[in-house]
Amino acid sequence: MTTANAHTHTALPTSGAGKQRRHLSDGAIRNLFIWPTLALLITMNVFPLLYSLYLSFTNYSAIAGKAPVWVAFKNFGDILGDEQVWQHFATTGRYALLSVSLQTLLGFGLAMLVRQKFRGSGLVTTFILVPMMISPVVVGLFWKLMYNPTFGYFNYLLGFTDPSRAPDIIASAFAGKPVPNLALYGVVLVDVWMWSPFVMLLVLSGLNAIPDYLYEAAAIDRASSWFQFWRITLPQVAPLLLIAVLFRTIEAFKSFDLVMGMTGGGPGDQTELVAVYLYRAAFLGQFRTGYSSALAYIILIIIIAVSNLYIKYLNQIRGES
Amino acid sequence: MATIEEAGPNAPVTIATRVDKVSPRVRLGGKLRAGVVITVTVVGLIPVLVMIVTAFKTRTDILASPPLIAFQPNLEGFVFLFTDRAVVAASRIQEFTARAEAGQLNLWEQIAFESGQEITGTSDYVRRLQNSLIIAGLSTVASVVLGLFAAYAFSRFKVPGKDDLLFFILSTRMLPGVVVTIPIFLMYRQIGLTDTHFGMILLYTAFNLSFSVWLLKGFIDEIPKEYEEAALVDGYTRWQAFYKIVLPQAVTGIAATTVFCLIFAWNEYAFALMLTSEKARTAPPSIATMLGRGGIEWSAIAAGSLGFLIPVVIVTFALRKYLLRGITFGAIRQ
Repeated sequence: MTTANAHTHTALPTSGAGKQRRHLSDGAIRNLFIWPTLALLITMNVFPLLYSLYLSFTNYSAIAGKAPVWVAFKNFGDILGDEQVWQHFATTGRYALLSVSLQTLLGFGLAMLVRQKFRGSGLVTTFILVPMMISPVVVGLFWKLMYNPTFGYFNYLLGFTDPSRAPDIIASAFAGKPVPNLALYGVVLVDVWMWSPFVMLLVLSGLNAIPDYLYEAAAIDRASSWFQFWRITLPQVAPLLLIAVLFRTIEAFKSFDLVMGMTGGGPGDQTELVAVYLYRAAFLGQFRTGYSSALAYIILIIIIAVSNLYIKYLNQIRGES
Repeated sequence: MATIEEAGPNAPVTIATRVDKVSPRVRLGGKLRAGVVITVTVVGLIPVLVMIVTAFKTRTDILASPPLIAFQPNLEGFVFLFTDRAVVAASRIQEFTARAEAGQLNLWEQIAFESGQEITGTSDYVRRLQNSLIIAGLSTVASVVLGLFAAYAFSRFKVPGKDDLLFFILSTRMLPGVVVTIPIFLMYRQIGLTDTHFGMILLYTAFNLSFSVWLLKGFIDEIPKEYEEAALVDGYTRWQAFYKIVLPQAVTGIAATTVFCLIFAWNEYAFALMLTSEKARTAPPSIATMLGRGGIEWSAIAAGSLGFLIPVVIVTFALRKYLLRGITFGAIRQ
């Protein structure tokens, strides 16, 4: 609808004959250009947000066929009082912390490595970027294949498919013990595989923006490369590194596709991240729409809080340098 | 790409550019570094390779333990992906064998018959793929066109509260999809848009718009205003100036934006899973649900993933230069 509007309105000036063209002032063009976009964003984002804010205070269920009943803060109380939900938040937090810190380390390291060019470095960097362009759910699926206990590659390499071939250290470490809860780490590994290149890309652009004279001055002063790294490279890259970390943290809290592709939240609830739990509450079983709207809002508030913390810190760093 | 550096007469001449002066130690270090990077890249691409290899394995090859490295490449996965099949009844096996020997079966039927099945029709996946194409394609066009107009207006005109509006537009992208899905689901159900192409196109357009506005604004900002001003003085209307001056110069930006929007809409999974069921379901959720039908058809899954991945990889290579800007959608101004 808005798309159609944009076409008809903006087509007017060309279709109008000769002198009429001038009638469309800059102001009118500006409005015609901006409003379709704003209107679409308001209907598809702002309105839903307000609507779900309302729903979060009701006991509405999308399949019950009953009108929503106002229950005030009951949903929020239920969520915050539910140990299970706290568990999911803790899982999400662990997941976010682990994967973001590993990505930061790996991405930063990679960026330092490809910083100086070598023959074919452009091609290699592009290859490094391939994982993050693939659909997360597809990524999840083929990693699941590699993780498969009976015919996957990991268990084969570790020797678990053929116990007689298992390396002694691993075999004796796991002998007779229950299987440790590794599912979350399995997902973290895939997330790191997928998104380290993103951190690398951002850090790389930060590294390229560092003016050469800083290093020249340091070289004249015979500063060690260790010193150069801590006093020039790191502070200069810090803002971009933080942006990368911010983006990744937000994404980790929203993480859904990858986990659904790999584990669907299981085994048990080892990888039940809040987004997955939210999906379950909202679209499966009882369709607890009001409850899940409240949960969605809690997630949103956490994301906003975390981003604000980061941005504050970021501005502090920027102010210093 | 970000690594492209300024060259030319203005570039500072540094000692290190004189190759003959580089000490052997430094050169060795460089080689080591390149070696490490290449190793990391190769290791990183193994999962993708595994998937490609799996797509060409037969079901028995996939289930083999230890995993087969050398195997007979086979198109079974692709056949399973695109067709619906039924087990050939015992009474008809003779007939099929005869036809196979007479060379009457086409390649697809033959491959299916090798695992004792006959093709009964095209699979759901074909329709899903069509849906993906329609939805991703149209939503991309819509978001680029709308984004282009908005970006131009934001770039060239005084807009009251411009920074706030731009931030608002950006912030819509930061919203967790799940937060808006519930109300959109209810809204769509009310007006009959659930599981329709139009509904999904609208949703993806809205989601891509923020990105498209920011990215295109960056590109348009770089086109000197003077060109248009000269054109306006020459009697062009604003629209003509936009159409004839700005548009041709923004072509690279438009191309980059198009492709990024396309990738997002192409890969999107969460919305499609929650808001579509049959008519408008796209490929990503259906690749995942292929697990359910008659055992896990890994080769079909791998084939589906592979087919799904190829366009994206091509695009990655085509777009190397704009990748950074696209991924950070305007958070970084270079």
